[in-house]
Amino acid sequence: MNSEPICGIAHVYGDNIDTDRIIPGKYTKTLDMATLAAHVLEDLDPDFARTVRPGDLLVAGYNFGCGSSREQAPLAIKAAGVAAVIARSFARIFYRNAINIGLPVIEVEDHAIRPGDRVAVDLAAGLVVNHTRNETYRATAMPQQMVDILAAGGLVNYLLRYGDYV
Amino acid sequence: MGQTIAEKILSHHAGKTVRAGDIVIVRVDGVMATDATAPLAIQAFRAMGGVRLWDPTRVFLVIDHAAPAPNETVANLHRLMRDFACKMGCRLYDIGEGICHQLMIENEHVRPGDLFLGADSHSPTYGAVNAFGVGVGSTDLAAAMRTGKTWLKVPKTIQITLHGTLRPGVTAKDVILRLLRELGADGANYQAIEFNGEAVRAMSLAGRITLANMTAEMGAKTGLVDPTGLSLDYPFTPVYPDPDAEYSRRLALDVSTLEPQVARPHAPDNVVPIARVRGTPIHYAFIGSCTNTRLEDLAAAAAVLRGRPVAPGVRLVIAPASRRVFEAALQQGIVQTLSASGAVFIPAGCGPCVGSHLGVPGDGEVVISSTNRNFRGRMGNPRAEIYLASPAVVAASALAGHIADPAEVG
Ligand code: SF4
Repeated sequence: MNSEPICGIAHVYGDNIDTDRIIPGKYTKTLDMATLAAHVLEDLDPDFARTVRPGDLLVAGYNFGCGSSREQAPLAIKAAGVAAVIARSFARIFYRNAINIGLPVIEVEDHAIRPGDRVAVDLAAGLVVNHTRNETYRATAMPQQMVDILAAGGLVNYLLRYGDYV
Repeated sequence: MGQTIAEKILSHHAGKTVRAGDIVIVRVDGVMATDATAPLAIQAFRAMGGVRLWDPTRVFLVIDHAAPAPNETVANLHRLMRDFACKMGCRLYDIGEGICHQLMIENEHVRPGDLFLGADSHSPTYGAVNAFGVGVGSTDLAAAMRTGKTWLKVPKTIQITLHGTLRPGVTAKDVILRLLRELGADGANYQAIEFNGEAVRAMSLAGRITLANMTAEMGAKTGLVDPTGLSLDYPFTPVYPDPDAEYSRRLALDVSTLEPQVARPHAPDNVVPIARVRGTPIHYAFIGSCTNTRLEDLAAAAAVLRGRPVAPGVRLVIAPASRRVFEAALQQGIVQTLSASGAVFIPAGCGPCVGSHLGVPGDGEVVISSTNRNFRGRMGNPRAEIYLASPAVVAASALAGHIADPAEVG
């Protein structure tokens, strides 16, 4: 994977943020990305959808995205303009879905990112740099299969390129 | 060294011996998507150049999450699914036929030894029939619809042994809630669970389904139940773990002294023995979901209510797991008994479990529900409080007007 690092302002939340709080089930029955973006994180932080700027980063604690398999969760985050999600750990299905739809996610168990910090994510190097605090955090390595899918820009592009799992 | 059930099933589907930690490309035996996930899957399938399903006889679509359609947007998504199923020649279960997981098991689409992909997080449910069921999102599902394959990391397995015999009125739901308290919401993240022990061997298929189903609430990749004692209507070759299989963790619980358990708002692992919440006033009781509305669940509720009216100011809503369950309950007089108590039957399907329709709670209302998730806003209103319990506890609470143990309502 040879993409540039992503740099943005951090929005920081806690542990066990479930998919119902990322996007309530009542809004998921749509294919319209603007609807998803308008209600992202609504029950967790009603101001988020209004205050998030394209390129911002979402930072969370353990088990981010637990609960449902709804792909609308990473889609809503992506549609809201979030450039990458950093979490201490991710729930399995959310993590896969994010990669599949091309939303960069990076697992960093040990970090001290605070709201408003300017943070750079280097997926290729597996590093997160906190420019505000002058700290660097190492990410958990991603399985090669996922690196390949993310490098292709998601699973749709991966299959368009290779025609099958390789 | 021996293999776990998960390692055995995945080895079989990878065509080579695999171990926990390996990344493998595996063939799947079947895939399922619902009206919550199929529309995106269909879109992704087409975007990845799909024009034919890998095997139309192994692809299943179910309209259960918001069924019948509550508005025109959903109606159009349902239409998209029907149209796709017709063109592609795959089986579509339409409104009122039942909840996806129930239908996959009931109609024998998923069988022992299978690897089955569901675009729904409760797909670990298939472990009840000794199959490796795994939940994925829409794009993963689309890829499997096209290729008949997926990739997986072979999970480590946590072994849970249930000793003893459940007391009357205590069920598989109470067991899994108790285990959730122990393991927490990410206690099995990226791992498989294997259940065994005498309490498991004695469990009915319905109980096994409840057990496997809520491993999703621990983050498990799949929840496999030891097939010893499993009884199905067709012959099958069970997959057992090897005696020297390697487990990441071993846990044992003696269920003999277990009392009913309740998960408090707003997390399924926020579990306490019923004594701690007994007396909490409720407004709304719901019996439904892939976790708990099979025939024996409805029978348990009817046995508690026995036609006595639910408490004033309480409403009781029931969504059977499938039409077949509903018809069997009708035949046995269970529906009549529950209806006499004031229960409102809604179509077989997810009902208000996921908050899309058919029974959203009001602000400040307290719900007791036989479902699997009580996240804030789960039933459609972030200002409602949801408690989770077994169908018998839900019925007893509806009768009493507050959270009650079936033992105390006689
Ligand atoms: S009943 Fe509830 S948990 Fe089960 S599949 Fe339907 S929405 Fe999901």
